[in-house]
Amino acid sequence: MIAHNFEYTVATSLGEAVNLLQKHGGRAKIVAGGHSLIPMMKLRLAAPEFLIDIGRIPELSYVNKENGKIRIGALTTHYVIETSDAVARGCHALADAAGLIGDVQVRNKGTIGGSLSHADPAADYPASILALDATIVALGPKGERQIPASKFFVDMLTTALEPNEIVREIQIPLRSGRTGSAYLKMAQKASGFAICGAAAVVELDGSGRLSNVGIGITGVGNHAFRATDTEKALNGQKPAPDLLKKACESAGKGIIALDDIHASANYRLDLARVFSRRALEAAIERAG
Amino acid sequence: MHVKIRINGKPYEKDIDPRLLLTHFIRDLAGLTGTHIGCETSICGACTVLANGLAVKSCTMFAVQADGVDVVTIEGMARDGQLHPLQESFWEEHGLQCGYCTPGMIMCAHQLLARNTAPTDTEIRDALGGNLCRCTGYQNIVAAVRSAAGKLKREPRIAAGD
Ligand SMILES: Cc1cc2nc3c(=O)[nH]c(=O)nc-3n(C[C@H](O)[C@H](O)[C@H](O)COP(=O)(O)OP(=O)(O)OC[C@H]3O[C@@H](n4cnc5c(N)ncnc54)[C@H](O)[C@@H]3O)c2cc1C
Ligand code: FES
Ligand code: FES
Repeated sequence: MIAHNFEYTVATSLGEAVNLLQKHGGRAKIVAGGHSLIPMMKLRLAAPEFLIDIGRIPELSYVNKENGKIRIGALTTHYVIETSDAVARGCHALADAAGLIGDVQVRNKGTIGGSLSHADPAADYPASILALDATIVALGPKGERQIPASKFFVDMLTTALEPNEIVREIQIPLRSGRTGSAYLKMAQKASGFAICGAAAVVELDGSGRLSNVGIGITGVGNHAFRATDTEKALNGQKPAPDLLKKACESAGKGIIALDDIHASANYRLDLARVFSRRALEAAIERAG
Repeated sequence: MHVKIRINGKPYEKDIDPRLLLTHFIRDLAGLTGTHIGCETSICGACTVLANGLAVKSCTMFAVQADGVDVVTIEGMARDGQLHPLQESFWEEHGLQCGYCTPGMIMCAHQLLARNTAPTDTEIRDALGGNLCRCTGYQNIVAAVRSAAGKLKREPRIAAGD
């Protein structure tokens, strides 16, 4: 399995990479961890003439906590996110997702920026990114732009990024008080990708009522989405098993579910109900 | 493109096509055929090597991406003619039958023991989740890694290529 030949350039900064993308138009692609793009190139599903490697820009791999946010550089690998204390404390659902991706070798190479930009409908991060209300910071020829997660995932393998834009950072707002989050998935046995993955974030107020509930679901539709009806049914309520079960009935409402050899559309929608409930239970337990 | 890749401490300088996979560089240009190609589709882990200390599937990396990188392969485990404790334990615990998956298993286990000196069986299984074996049924592979962890604890040792 040999890829189509290409010209290879190592970018030393994101600005340089943006310029190179502009120069080569649609004939160039950037590579970060390469764990989505290289398999596609080997299958010749992708055949860029120019490959621009951003994987060696060291200052793009970091997890920082500042000004009420966790900031994660686009090149931060799944392994670093999985094992980051700051991520586990501030946004556990993201650490859960990172740790459930593929296998150790994939997690050593794959990056969060690459995964979000690739926007595989069965990728793990998007559910957590949506539930946590993250912001994606992208650099393009006209400068920097902030894209809310809710606007980022547009369709299968399609994001709100312009062709010459590159993700620079992911920002996750930190919540205060009693709060918890979790991500759980049902994996396709051979590939490890999500047949359904659900992330939940909750806050509990002084009287133990739920507020600012966020639920993201991946693997079920053409792209990850938020279960807004379920969120609405939970805000202001005290968590109880019956309430969670009932609220999660609408977790996949209005979604045209994927239907393939791995799972039927109905089964996926059922998994959306079950996994959003389980993710909520885990998030509430972590909120303590 | 001109690249310089250090494998097991020895530099290999070659002019290559950018599309050449790291695994082919290691096997065909450096002549180190201990690294196996199983699936060529990032699934089986037979091609696992360490790149700057990280276990990676060398079929899912272009050799140009490893320019200037330190690579360790199974040939870099034994030192001064003495097997590494992981190799010894695979032998003693019958952690292999045909041996096709073994180099990848050992390289991945090597990274595990660098990160976690006393892994539980669950942690061993999780760390080797990206490595498939069609022969052993995995039990003896887990036993081999467990035994190697014990040996390394009693007598720490680094691999020749580290
Ligand atoms: C065996 C295997 C199992 C896997 N299992 C899972 C799994 O269970 N769950 C899961 O979620 N994923 C899984 N993956 C995918 C993995 O997580 C990839 O690492 C990830 O999807 C892509 O990240 P990357 O850094 O490797 O991106 P690359 O492959 O380098 O790039 C992917 C795409 O994004 C673009 N891109 C990269 N970085 C940026 C950026 N900063 N800004 C804009 N565009 C960018 C590239 O041009 C390319 O089009 C698996 C992959 C493999 C090989
Ligand atoms: S040959 Fe590389 S993972 Fe199978
Ligand atoms: S020993 Fe034969 S594949 Fe593992």
